[in-house]
Amino acid sequence: MSLLEIKNLVVEFQTASGPFRAVDGVSLKVDEGEVLAIVGESGSGKSVSMLAAMGLLPWTAKVTADTLTFNGRDMQAMSDSDRRKIIGKDIAMIFQEPVASLNPCFTVGFQIEEVLRVHTDLGRRARRDRAIELFQSVGIPNPQERLGHFPHQMSGGQCQRVMIATALACNPKLLIADEPTTALDVTIQKQILDLLMKLQAEHGMGLIIITHDMGVVAETADRVIVQYKGRQIEEADVLSLFSAPKSVYTRALLSALPENATGGRLPTITEKLTDAEIFAGAVR
Amino acid sequence: MLRFIFGRLAVLIPTFIGVSIIAFSFIRLLPGDPVMLMSGERVMSPERHAELMHQLGLDRPIYVQYLDYLAGLVTGDFGSSIVTKRPVLEDFLNLFPATLELSLCAILVAVCLGIPAGVLAAVKRGTWLDQSIMGAALVGYSMPIFWWGLLLIIFFSGYLGWTPVSGRISLLYFFPSVTGFMLIDSLISGQAGAFKSALTYLILPTVVLATIPLAVIARQTRSAMLEVLGEDYVRTARAKGLSPLRVVGIHALRNAMIPVITTIGLQVGVLLAGAILTETIFSWPGIGKWMVDSVFKRDYAVVQGGLMLIAAVIMIVNLVVDLLYGLVNPRIRR
Repeated sequence: MSLLEIKNLVVEFQTASGPFRAVDGVSLKVDEGEVLAIVGESGSGKSVSMLAAMGLLPWTAKVTADTLTFNGRDMQAMSDSDRRKIIGKDIAMIFQEPVASLNPCFTVGFQIEEVLRVHTDLGRRARRDRAIELFQSVGIPNPQERLGHFPHQMSGGQCQRVMIATALACNPKLLIADEPTTALDVTIQKQILDLLMKLQAEHGMGLIIITHDMGVVAETADRVIVQYKGRQIEEADVLSLFSAPKSVYTRALLSALPENATGGRLPTITEKLTDAEIFAGAVR
Repeated sequence: MLRFIFGRLAVLIPTFIGVSIIAFSFIRLLPGDPVMLMSGERVMSPERHAELMHQLGLDRPIYVQYLDYLAGLVTGDFGSSIVTKRPVLEDFLNLFPATLELSLCAILVAVCLGIPAGVLAAVKRGTWLDQSIMGAALVGYSMPIFWWGLLLIIFFSGYLGWTPVSGRISLLYFFPSVTGFMLIDSLISGQAGAFKSALTYLILPTVVLATIPLAVIARQTRSAMLEVLGEDYVRTARAKGLSPLRVVGIHALRNAMIPVITTIGLQVGVLLAGAILTETIFSWPGIGKWMVDSVFKRDYAVVQGGLMLIAAVIMIVNLVVDLLYGLVNPRIRR
């Protein structure tokens, strides 16, 4: 049984100019201990499909799927309060902008202990000890002192570590990382990725990394899903994706990487391919 | 923190001087003078008029009068009423509790109803509930306060007979003033029914005075909440599996309160201005009515002294708001 299984996920937003389909027929599976990367350009529906799976989209979104199960439980049939018992505990998510993702009005200690208060029956003392332990595990120095700090007193990298610690607080079975390194400096990006991979291996949890950075994919993923304009273009294990991409879009995407550049000007995807060609070449 | 407070207090001095110039000169720009108005319908000879003006010191050059007044202010002397001869400060302190009681009740009503209404409208954005709340707020904000007061009196006092028309408490009750707050004094007096009576007298003026601040606070809360609800940290809070009540009531509201507190502070000035009209409509014996009466009598000392004291109250409230602001928003704490 897969940890997370999604079949034919469709997300539509109600807009002033009629319904807009942001995700169109995405299917995926993640097992325990597996790292799945979802890769695509901006607007390819990577984040939206994961937010939909967690039930975090605003009311303007209409989510339908043939199957949407976590650990064998049907997420669509679940009541909101039952879903909230899973979210934050068994499925956790970290986001792109670590500083903006933390509440500026509360100390980071409050924000990490809050998860423990809602999902566990640990006492005040035990929650604090656990928070210190979590801060240590994600490499935040002086955890006791740091718990009393506000997000604006910390750097972006430190805030992302706080977010990761918060996500791991209840030992989740699945962690979804939505562009976890995009907003960070290059040196910090490497540290955060290494940290994520280390924690994933230690906890044996499933990990979904949403990214537009092929470098991140190559370094982390077991399996890759390529999305374009809300549709799934290709799914493959990481080695075959880089060595023998099947779809024209993936090939174009890889040839647009700066490190693969041959001429003076970097090729772009849209000047080579039309949407129809991309969708026709999709390999599922 | 202390440095911050002293810094703010230092700014108050030039502001206070500015207010004194405005208060001193504006009342003198009105045609007529206190002596002429005191004589009423009787004809006064120019000699007698000049003599009385001289007695009051009003025949001296205006800058001399101003400097004389300023010298008094420095020693805490706000002058005496030209009409009643009583010290302005004493009258102010006697009357201010009535205004304060009314204003506090009004701001309490405005905050306790306005913030939940704004939060509800933001959470239910675009629904009939949101539109009704915002529609009601717009009506409340646009309504002339004196007209609204009269409507309420006609309906609740005249037609239904539920509430009294004017005053602070029924004439059946009498007790010494301890705090100056009728609600508290009536409780202390222990007289049966006194508290209820004071409360019924307070309801309509409170509703009238609370209307505009209530509408402003509701609208400000809604727009602040809408902005905050779209923030990344609200999504994080929901991703933690927190209940909607916790997400909205703790994570979002705490951030949305930052602009709302500023608005509440600004409303205190509006409230004191509104108190002048409200007190006049309901014959509420507070500083608003006292000031209006003094303007009609050209009681220079009372008008300028009253204005200075009201300005002082508003400045203190603004200082308190700034301090509260730091409490709610850790980013500006020093």
